[in-house]
Amino acid sequence: MDDCITLTYQVEGGDLTHAGEASSGVKQALRKLGLDPSVIRRVSVCMYEGEINMVIHANGGTAKVDVGLDDITITLTDRGPGIPDIEKAMQAGFTTAGDSVRDLGFGAGMGLPNMKKYSDEMTVESVLGVGTTVTMVVRIE
Amino acid sequence: MTVQQLIDGLSLTIFHLDDPERPVTGGYCGDLLSWVMGRAPADGAWLTIMSNVNVAAVAALADTACVILAEGVVPDPPLLDKAKAQGITLLGTGLSVYDCAVRLGALGVGTDA
Repeated sequence: MDDCITLTYQVEGGDLTHAGEASSGVKQALRKLGLDPSVIRRVSVCMYEGEINMVIHANGGTAKVDVGLDDITITLTDRGPGIPDIEKAMQAGFTTAGDSVRDLGFGAGMGLPNMKKYSDEMTVESVLGVGTTVTMVVRIE
Repeated sequence: MTVQQLIDGLSLTIFHLDDPERPVTGGYCGDLLSWVMGRAPADGAWLTIMSNVNVAAVAALADTACVILAEGVVPDPPLLDKAKAQGITLLGTGLSVYDCAVRLGALGVGTDA
């Protein structure tokens, strides 16, 4: 690994009011590093969607961002309920979010599809009752 | 087209103005935040009727030039606070999202004009 910098954030669960703070922190850090705006945007989308998922579904978790010379790796780890059917969860439009979340404009079933779309590699590992780890790699072109 | 020219051209209400000279090069209409997050172009005007605090985070991360709340919607106080804190330009119009988009297009936003 040729990691230069590792950023770590705790994401609080349940409260969408503060959702996005970890993502904003990452964005600011990447800006200071002078990374290409398109790379920053891709990382921002991946981070924000993952952060929202952890807030809504998993009562929070940890976000770790490794900034390397060639790529940025985002690792989101939660101790939520786990995902019973990952393939189904990856389908655009599929959601288990409740009405209160949907009223805020979330829960459209686009979170995981957006994360896949904006990352170069993505893996989802989930164990029911234990938690979920999502790893995304965004390459710096 | 700059944010200020947009404000003047559409007689928009200013809730918070960060950078009047920021260029606006396109637009996006939508209320589902993940759709907006994934698809709104950077430096665009985002037209929405959503007024909750999460609008600020999406606008910041998607790097939109400004947010225009349509249909006479006013921002929830937490949204206005966050827009000020994060430097998000937040505007308003009584027009519908459709009519506002049509007017933006007529001003040349999102076209080669």
